[in-house]
Amino acid sequence: MGYFLEQLINGLSLGSIYGLIAIGYTMVYGIIGMVNFAHGEVFMIGAFHAVIAYLVLQALGITLLPVALIIVLVVTIFLTSAYGWTIEKIAYRPLRGSFRLAPLISAIGMSVLLQNYVQLLQEARPKSVPSLIQGNISLIESEDFSVSISYLRLFIIIATVVLMVFFTMLITKTALGRSQRACEQDMKMATLLGINVDRVISLTFVIGASLAAVAGLMFMLFYGVVDFYMGFIAGVKAFSAAVLGGIGSLPGAMLGGILLGVIESLFSAYFSVEYKDLAAFSVLVLVLIFRPTGLLGKPEVEKV
Amino acid sequence: MNINTGKSINLKHIFFQSLGVAFLGAVLGSLLIGFKLQSRGISLELDWRLSQVLAVAFFVFLGRFCLGLQQIKLGLLSIFVTIAVCAYMITAILLSVQTPESSKAGNHLLLPYSDMKLNWMTSVIYLGLFLYLIYRFFKKRTVLDSRIQNKKWKFRLNKNIQMILIIAFLLLLISAPFLQIIDRRILNILTQILLYIVLGWGLSIVVGLAGLLDLGYVAFYAVGAYAYALLSLHFDFSFWLSLPLAGLLAAALGIILGFPVLRLRGDYLAIVTLGFGEIIRMVLVNWYEFTGGPNGINQIPKPALFGYLFDEPKGNGNTVSEWLGIEYSSETFYIFMYLLVLSMAFGVFWFIRKLRRLPIGRAWEAIREDEIACRALGLNPTNIKLTAFATGAMIAGFAGAFFAAYQGFISPESFTFVESITILAIVVLGGMGNLFGIALAAILLIFMLELRDLEMFRMLALGVLQVFVMIWRPHGLISRRSPTVYRLMSTKGVS
Repeated sequence: MGYFLEQLINGLSLGSIYGLIAIGYTMVYGIIGMVNFAHGEVFMIGAFHAVIAYLVLQALGITLLPVALIIVLVVTIFLTSAYGWTIEKIAYRPLRGSFRLAPLISAIGMSVLLQNYVQLLQEARPKSVPSLIQGNISLIESEDFSVSISYLRLFIIIATVVLMVFFTMLITKTALGRSQRACEQDMKMATLLGINVDRVISLTFVIGASLAAVAGLMFMLFYGVVDFYMGFIAGVKAFSAAVLGGIGSLPGAMLGGILLGVIESLFSAYFSVEYKDLAAFSVLVLVLIFRPTGLLGKPEVEKV
Repeated sequence: MNINTGKSINLKHIFFQSLGVAFLGAVLGSLLIGFKLQSRGISLELDWRLSQVLAVAFFVFLGRFCLGLQQIKLGLLSIFVTIAVCAYMITAILLSVQTPESSKAGNHLLLPYSDMKLNWMTSVIYLGLFLYLIYRFFKKRTVLDSRIQNKKWKFRLNKNIQMILIIAFLLLLISAPFLQIIDRRILNILTQILLYIVLGWGLSIVVGLAGLLDLGYVAFYAVGAYAYALLSLHFDFSFWLSLPLAGLLAAALGIILGFPVLRLRGDYLAIVTLGFGEIIRMVLVNWYEFTGGPNGINQIPKPALFGYLFDEPKGNGNTVSEWLGIEYSSETFYIFMYLLVLSMAFGVFWFIRKLRRLPIGRAWEAIREDEIACRALGLNPTNIKLTAFATGAMIAGFAGAFFAAYQGFISPESFTFVESITILAIVVLGGMGNLFGIALAAILLIFMLELRDLEMFRMLALGVLQVFVMIWRPHGLISRRSPTVYRLMSTKGVS
């Protein structure tokens, strides 16, 4: 029982990371209807930014952990969203209105490009980062078992909840959110009504990239290791999460992410660690077979 | 770009725009280029290289500025600037490479980056910029002439001469291994190229004809290769018996994988195949008892020719060398394999050409062009896509069996995501379903990949190429292929 609960908490924090990446996929899919393959790489770049920013701060003498974390968070978000913006501008914007496969191929090219860009600059070897947040609090203490949650997992879960609240407000309450939803429904009509569609799409990529940056920071704290290839598997999993929750639906992405995280950590706890990536993939295929619209998604209507 | 906005472009405007782009470059590179992570023991340390960020910003500024100059008819100046930068970089690199260790510090001052790869990259980018500017410069000059004449430069030969040339080329291909200048190494490269061409053609059915993006194509290649290896090792199946089985197995896997996914929007297929490719690799690595794990499978039996083996003669008359009465040499086997792969390539070529003229081939292209119209005409998109996907998988399975037989050794190393991307790049470059274009692209890319010194850059180059080809010439860099029906209509009409 104790083991199960611990794995559940583990899955929750892992799922938060997947959910944050999945939002980037689902938002871009909702608005321009393409799978942004480079999004996993944006997450990877976020993680690298977090590591480097933290080490720079250490070298500058800022070692107080909360201050350092906040600065790292801000710097990472800023720089990584610059990547998101640039990717959209270079690789996707010129292809709007091209044939269907073009943005997909461009996206996969961009993904390969970014992976190898980081590999060239930072070498292929995985970089292990010392664990920054230590210690834990025990939740349940009984004779049979005890369950404790580390500050790190608590931090990840709380940060995700705060981000989600902020993000939901952004989408439902602000003018930006309104124009974004308008573009999602009908881009041509939105243009006619005076919404700057290009700007909205750019901002979508920026928001997606900044959430991926936060996920990258969390991943760095959680696993303590970064390498140039990590965006690939994480990207596939986050996309599976987005599909599981219903692609195009924002709460769905978060829900899917958390479910997928829990499934994965339970699978690796009770079955096999080697095949844990298989679990995520099987979820994707099963969802596509039995419920292609996902848990919270709307059925897609194709119009001529 | 700027012409559309109606703003007047002047030097000041270009200057500030370039400044903005340079600032973006500096922001993007600030952490990743400015610092380098170094694992020393268990601790992680940083190398400070902030000067590199400044250099990047400078070069980005200069490059953007040159592009801007070309817009305001100062193209010649920008051409000079780019070639000057290029020449400077390459001389500086060569100087620093040639000087001995002791005096290196002095020459390194000439170079803008301390990281050698960045120096190389900058010179290559500027070389590309230079070529582009020259292209623009001369294109502007000639655009008027071509409009007046309205003449397209077309290369058409007499039918008979065409035939003779094709036959001569085929004879050359067949006789290639017997030529003096072709040694083992070149024969090896030729066989590799042929395999990639076949893979490219197989994938072109999926991507080029049916318009489905398959990012895990190499998984089917792996299935074919492991099918032959395992069948021949465990069940003593001969190559000729395993070959169709390998193809069928790959096709069956394609159907199983494609069935749930192809009912849905096309984009799902891309990500599912992406995951599938990784899963197959993971299974190959982890299922130790069955696949040999990361070590792979050794000593895969060589295929036999009419029951005669390619082994050293032992006197019982069942080897090829005794049968044909030639001296035994290990070379014979490789020549045989080359010819075998060549004949498979011809087979696949003929197959795809025929297929494209059949109703199913036309349906593939129709699905690619407009799926909703197809559904309205009573075609079943799922089945049509499924056949394309399975046919592509089957060809990959055949190619995999040939690969395993040729190498005699397979391991998961040969079936990574990188391979899938390489094959996709071949198809994208070659022109989405144009068989000759794909063959040409395969030759170009494999030669590029054979340059071992550029190993670090080749994947980067593949990524850049895919993005650029999509933006610049989305229907293929080398050639483009319009639906077969159009061609038939223009020549003899559609029956």
